[in-house]
Amino acid sequence: MADLLFWPALLAYGEAAVALVGEVRRPGLAGRLAIWGVRIGWLAQTGLLVLQASRAEGFPWAGAAGALNLFSWLVVGVYLIWGCTPRFRLLGLAVMPAAALLLAGAYVGGGIEGDASRASSALLAVHVALVLGAFAGFALAAGLSGLYLWHERRLKRRAAAILRLRVPPLDVLERLSGSTVAVSLAVLTGGIALGAVSLFERGGSFDATMAVTLAAWALFGAMLLLRRLTALRGRPAAYLVLAGFALAAAILPIAHYA
Amino acid sequence: MALVLVGVSHHRAPVELRERVALDRQQAAELSRSLALVAGEAVCLSTCNRTEIYLAEADAEVAEARAAAALDALSGLEPDALAPAVYRLREEAAALHLFRVAAGLDSLVPGEGEILGQVRAAFEHGAPGPLLDRLFRQALHAGKKVRSRTAIAESPASVSAAAAVLAQQLFGDLAGRRIVLVGAGKVSELAGRNLLSRGAEIHVVANRTLDRAEDLARRFGAEPMPLAELADELGRADVVVCSTGAPGFVIGAEDMAAAVKGRRGRPLFLIDLAVPRDIDPAVHELDGCYLYNLDDLEAVVAESLAVRRSEAERAESIVAGEAERFQAWLASLEVVPAIASLRARAEEIRAGELARLEGRFKRLSAADRRAVESLTAGIVNKLLHLPTVRMKQAAVTADGVLYAHAVRHLFGLGEEER
Repeated sequence: MADLLFWPALLAYGEAAVALVGEVRRPGLAGRLAIWGVRIGWLAQTGLLVLQASRAEGFPWAGAAGALNLFSWLVVGVYLIWGCTPRFRLLGLAVMPAAALLLAGAYVGGGIEGDASRASSALLAVHVALVLGAFAGFALAAGLSGLYLWHERRLKRRAAAILRLRVPPLDVLERLSGSTVAVSLAVLTGGIALGAVSLFERGGSFDATMAVTLAAWALFGAMLLLRRLTALRGRPAAYLVLAGFALAAAILPIAHYA
Repeated sequence: MALVLVGVSHHRAPVELRERVALDRQQAAELSRSLALVAGEAVCLSTCNRTEIYLAEADAEVAEARAAAALDALSGLEPDALAPAVYRLREEAAALHLFRVAAGLDSLVPGEGEILGQVRAAFEHGAPGPLLDRLFRQALHAGKKVRSRTAIAESPASVSAAAAVLAQQLFGDLAGRRIVLVGAGKVSELAGRNLLSRGAEIHVVANRTLDRAEDLARRFGAEPMPLAELADELGRADVVVCSTGAPGFVIGAEDMAAAVKGRRGRPLFLIDLAVPRDIDPAVHELDGCYLYNLDDLEAVVAESLAVRRSEAERAESIVAGEAERFQAWLASLEVVPAIASLRARAEEIRAGELARLEGRFKRLSAADRRAVESLTAGIVNKLLHLPTVRMKQAAVTADGVLYAHAVRHLFGLGEEER
């Protein structure tokens, strides 16, 4: 049954990624096909998550592969809020291939079947969901920053075809990226606090994953502080968000598996 | 009723001819009314690119001659001197032409927006009857449909419009952005008006001679400023439009670099519409500064026009669909009189037969008489229902007229009048 939901989701995400490339070449029909791919894939994945939740006794996405599954669903879910509007559709160029890869990774790692063994308490489940939600937010902020850098480059290159594609204005992209980081940081703070309470209650030791999560929190926190104090804007701010997310995305899995 | 169009447009007539037949709104309304007095229905559409007379009259030949004579009279030229520039269209071709005009497909710049308002004004000030009313309403519908379903009107068609749209690419909503015009000539004014039309407010007009700056600033509700104070303004502005006649740079890279330090990373969009250029091209290399000169903007406009042309293909199919719908409606008019005559004849026979038997009905009660009335009316209606439906269906095809003739012949409709 899980396979019956997983494959349509993966295929729909893949279709959306390909259609978005088509949208860049010739805007119109391809963009609409992409959004339908996102919608159908997300609905299938939602069904998959519901199925997993109904079958598992505890929190079914506590394992690394399960977390990838939940994480990709969160990323696509947040993208859907903006992605349905034509102006933000191209954000999917960064989001959808990543979501498809994450979902495929979850499948290979056995995250589609569910693993309730590592987190059975509600506290820990909320902690995991908050941390994953926060990283999904950082992923979107990174996508927005990527789109900002691409659009800024087009403006700097004075491309004649600059008006062919409907891209959000630079100012909007920058503000959205900043506010997404701020909201995600608040969510991550909540997740870390719950994790600390859980750690205190259950006992256990401070591990590398926790260290990387705290480092990511400090990095994005410092970035927000810089934005406020030094009016960090434009390209440097976008590069910082991208670098922060890339660092977290690269180190977290290594720390987790080490 | 025949639909006829006679007109002169930029396709065949040079401006010297077009200006001879051009009419303002009042004159077009008067011409429409005077033609409608003899023709029945008339609407005159006159813009800087065309003057067209639409007539609905029983005889197409007569209507064409009438409209052509009106154009000749307007031109003040010898009879037939205008003839090579005049086009004449009838029925579906005339409808399709008006739909293309309303959609902006017949304009110099495909998809230009002004024409739809001009068609509406011509309709409102004209003298339409049932046919022209339907034609112009459907033309306005076609024009709106094309603009909402295609991107034909979205991309800018002029340098000033392109500059304003690019500013929106940077800032989104232009309301509340600080906009500075440098130079107080026509080009500055045009660029300012384009920015205004997109929700911006002009804050400062800077010029070498303060008098001219004051004049333009008054029109925009802005603050006039001498050029010498421009350097301070660069630290606060969001959009700067330059179009002075100065021989050298008005904004140098060093001035701008100094201003950028105080801007705390805020982006600045600079538009240089002057030749020779007003802004040092090195400004574009500064972080957060985006400089577009006349060549850059013209390239954007050329690309936009290419988009408009490709969208025009989609628009043509929408317009053709609307023309088909109009033709179907027009064809249905052919059978309506035949249907009306058929029903009148049936009713006449029914009433005649009832009158013939009036003596026998005297013995019937009032209720029984009503029942007989109802029964006979029901029989007539049931008999005529299917032929009526079939004739209406045939009306949308070429068979409509044949059916109408057949019904007239079979039932002898209109023979008594001969």
